[in-house]
Order: sequence, then C-alpha cells, then structure tokens
Amino acid sequence: MLQAFLQNIINGLAQGSVYALVALGYTMVYGVLQFINFAHSDIFMLGAFSGFYLAKWLTPIVPNPLVLLLATILGSMVFCVTVGLTIERIAYRPLRSAPRINVLITAIGVSLFLENLGQIIFGADPQVFPALIATKSILNTGGLVLNNIQVLVVLVSLVLMVVLHWIVHHTKLGTAMRAVSFDIEVANLMGIPTDTIIIFTFTIGSALAGAAAILYGLSYPKIEPLLGTMIGLKAFVAAVFGGIGNILGAAVGGIVLGLAESFTVYYISSSFRDAIAFGILILILLFKPAGLFGTFRREKV
Amino acid sequence: MKIIQKSILLIIALAIFGLNYFLEDNVDGYVLRVIINCGIGMILAMSLNLINGCAGQFSLGHAGFMGVGAYASALITTVLTLSPFFKTDLGVGCAILTGGLAAAVAGYLVGLPSLRLRGDYLAIVTLGFGEIIRICFLNFEQVGGARGLPGIPRVANFFWVYLWVVVTFVALLRLLRSSYGRAILSVRENEIAAESMGINIAHYKIVAFVISSFFAGIAGGLFAHFQSFIDPNSFVFNKSVEVVIMVVIGGMGSLSGAMLGGIIVTLLPELLRAFDNYRMVIFPLILIILMLVRPRGIFGHKEIWELFRKKASS
Repeated sequence: MLQAFLQNIINGLAQGSVYALVALGYTMVYGVLQFINFAHSDIFMLGAFSGFYLAKWLTPIVPNPLVLLLATILGSMVFCVTVGLTIERIAYRPLRSAPRINVLITAIGVSLFLENLGQIIFGADPQVFPALIATKSILNTGGLVLNNIQVLVVLVSLVLMVVLHWIVHHTKLGTAMRAVSFDIEVANLMGIPTDTIIIFTFTIGSALAGAAAILYGLSYPKIEPLLGTMIGLKAFVAAVFGGIGNILGAAVGGIVLGLAESFTVYYISSSFRDAIAFGILILILLFKPAGLFGTFRREKV
Repeated sequence: MKIIQKSILLIIALAIFGLNYFLEDNVDGYVLRVIINCGIGMILAMSLNLINGCAGQFSLGHAGFMGVGAYASALITTVLTLSPFFKTDLGVGCAILTGGLAAAVAGYLVGLPSLRLRGDYLAIVTLGFGEIIRICFLNFEQVGGARGLPGIPRVANFFWVYLWVVVTFVALLRLLRSSYGRAILSVRENEIAAESMGINIAHYKIVAFVISSFFAGIAGGLFAHFQSFIDPNSFVFNKSVEVVIMVVIGGMGSLSGAMLGGIIVTLLPELLRAFDNYRMVIFPLILIILMLVRPRGIFGHKEIWELFRKKASS
C-alpha cells in the first residue's frame, strides 16, 4: 500500500517534470505576448525527432554515454531554438499589432503545418527512440522501483528550472522580460528592446521544449509526429492550472498534473488518464479563475 | 413574419426538396457527399459564430457539443431500439432534434463557468469539456467505446441537411436582429458598458452557449445519420479547431461569412486532393497566409449583402 503510493509519486514526478518543462515554454510566451503558442507542442515533437536522428548519427562516433547524452540534449535544444525563432520571425512578428484571435489562428496553422510536414518527412509510424544510457535500477526494495532514467529526468528538469529562475530574477535580461510581460507598451517606452526580449523568450521556451523532448524520449521510447498534441495540451493545462504567465505556477502545475495522472492510472483506470487533467483544471478554475498562483487583474472602466 | 418572407422560405424549402432529387440522379456520390459535408460544416460554423463571433467569447470545444448531439441521436435510433418509428425519416428527425436538445443541456453546463472566466481561460475550459466528453464516449461500452457505433440508419440526405442549414440561418439571423441578439452583440463590444446599460451579461452568455450548442448538436445528429457510423475520433480537438477556422476565415460575427468559411474549410482539402500527401501541409499554409493578408476574415463583421449595398451606395 505504502510502496504503491511512493511508486506513484516517483512515476508522477518523472512524468510531471517533463510536463513542467513544456509548460514553461507556454507560460513564458503567454506572459510576454498573451497568446497560446499552439506550435510549441510541435517544437517539442521536432525536438524528439532531431534527438532521434542526432543520437543515431552520434552513437558510433561518441563512445562515452554521458557525453552522448549531453550532446543529444544540446543538439536538440539548438535545433528547437532555430525552429522556434524561425516561426516567430515568419508567422508571429508580422501580426504583432493584429487582434489576438488572429495570432491564435496563425499559431494553430503553424502547428497543423508542422504536424503534417512531420508525417510526410518522418512517416506516420512510431519510431523507437535509442536508449542513450542503459536503464539501471538504483533502488529496488519491497516493490519500490527507482531507475536511473527517472532520477536523471527529475534532476535535469530541476537544474534547468533553477537556471531559468536565476535568469528571470537575477539578470538584466530577466528583469526586462518581466517588465515586458507586465506591460509591453510601457516597457517599450522605457527603452527596453521588446523585439529582442520576445526573441529571447522564444529561445528559452524552445530550448526547454528540446530538452524535455529528449527526457521524454528516454523515459517513453516511442516517438511519432503527433506525439506533441496530447503532451502539448496537458502542458498547457498545467500552465493554466498554475496561473498562466507565472513561471513558478507552470512548474508546480506540471508536477501536480504528473502526480494526478499517475495516481489516476493506479487507483481509478488508465482510460481516464487524459480526462483527469482536464477535470482538475476545470475544478481549479471554477474556484480560482486565474489559476493557482495567478493574479486576477480587475478591469477598470 | 410577413407573408412574403413566409412564401420565400416555402419556395426555398421546395427548391431544396426538388434539388435533392436532381442531385441524387445527376451527380456522382462523391460530389454529393462533399456537398452534404459542406452543409454540415455551414451549420457548425454558423452556430459557433454565435459564441465566438457575436458574443465575443472564445470556445474551443465545439466538437464536444457536436459529439453529444451525434451520440444522443444515434443512441435513440440504434442502441435503444425503442420502436421502428425511429428508423423512419420522421423518427430520425425527432432523434436529431433530441440530440440538439441534449447538446443544449451540455452547452448550459459549459456555459456556467464562462460567467467567471474570460479569454483564454474560457478557451481552455471549453477545450477541457470537449476532451472530457470525448473520453467519456471512449469509455462507455454501451455506445461502442473506441470501436465506434455502427449501423446508424442513413437517413440524412441533401434535403434534410440543407433544410437545417436554412433553419439555422433564419433562426440565427432573426435572433441577431432581435433585442436578444443586440444584447449578445453588446457583450462582445464591451462587457462593462453593456452591464452598466442594464444588460444581464451572465444571462446572455448562457443564452449564446445554449443556442449555439443546440445547433452544433443538430449538426452532430445529421453527421451521424449521414455517415451511418460514428466513433470518438470524429470529435477530437482538431475538429473544434476546424470549426474555429471556418468562423475566422469567413469573418467573426458574420453569418454569411461563417457559411462561406464552412464551405471553404470542407472543400479546400478535397480540391487539394491532387497534391496527395502534401494537401494537409498546403491547407495550413493557406490559413497562415490568409491571416497575414486578411486578418479580419473574408467578410469581417459584415454580411455578404451589406458588402454589396456599400458598393452600390459609394
């Protein structure tokens, strides 16, 4: 009983940290530009596939598994950043002053485009993500299993989140980012180069998605061009759950969602796994309409 | 309603009835299917237009309401074997109407949280409801679960679908021109101003949700009785997105725009069939380009006849 409970916490944490990393990308773009970047889930998917090909290419060259892992993660992050910035430049920047609904539709268009392009390039069949490091169980006592991949996933996510927190709260760039997300027009008047900050935000978000994709590939080695859709939706739910635009909220939301799913699968039924995320979300929003940590801005006449 | 309007509607209904026989004899099955799908798309787009375009709320769960209508009506005509009456045209018509009512109830339940939420929060909650509805269908073995529900009587033909297109159009047009419609529009324009003018915003938001989901349910019922097979995959998130795209392409808040959007979004993937696999890549590209060059949609807030009127006067 207790073992099962702890086991679910371990699984939930590993799953939740991946959600949290993807959710951070959503929440940061939302904080700065106030729109749901639907293409983010497909950047995640492209990260997984770029990691897949990179790992295949690097495996014979690099003997050390740790170096291989780091190289794959970094390579995937760089690729995702390139894609993210290209999307921002081509599709989002011309719409900077357009109504938000248009940007939203454009984002959906980009997402559909990437998904369908992915199906043509990578094929619709699932591929097996290479095991970059061998799975070893670190702890195995009385039904409680903890393997190195799970520890790695949680650790890498934690490091990335700490780095992000440091960037946002202790650097000049981060201060500028917070200013832009507070009020983009006033920030512009104060001499903050808003376009540069937006580019920087997309860079961080996409890089996190790239890292999350590799971590996901390590723990669930089946990747396909539509893999981003569900994870993207759930990560977005996590971001809204924590209060969208709030970085701590996205991290907490992701972890809570991961835990909730893992408990649902064990105690209720695996077929309701996807419903529980949305159920929790609706409940939270009914009581706290701006999410867990969100601040509700009262409109003034 | 004036006598002239009544007779015009009667003539349209008769014309659809006549056209039905003409098309069934003279047009091949594939083309007729596409035409009927366009009709279903038009009903969906017009109904979502009421929430997204007229009331200014953002719903991303329209496929869910469509699914409720489809499953509720199919449940009556197949699973619940009530009486042979429900295999006939009229019986199926009643079943589809019941499906619409079931969807309206669902719309009421989803509309309730919309009182407190706005913008993207509402979008994500409607998205969540849509997904939850779909997952429920997926898990109820009584309606076929993931395998889907086959053997639904194929009754909805060109006549029934386009009759409903006309009914939806007339109903929504008259709604928008009534004091109710004006109130709904005022919610879009400025909630605070509307409230200070004594308009019960909450009430009108719910009204918009209920009416909109009623017609979405009708579209779902027609869809089920046209395809004769439904499964939860017909009502995924992408279907909701498709309907939103229809509304935005046509122009938010424009009924005729929504109809055009419904036709374009249904027709375009068919026309691009020549490009084989690449059609689903070209389609989003066209969407992105449209958003970049014509951000207000094809008609904007205006109706098609208003566009011509403006040209005539200037």
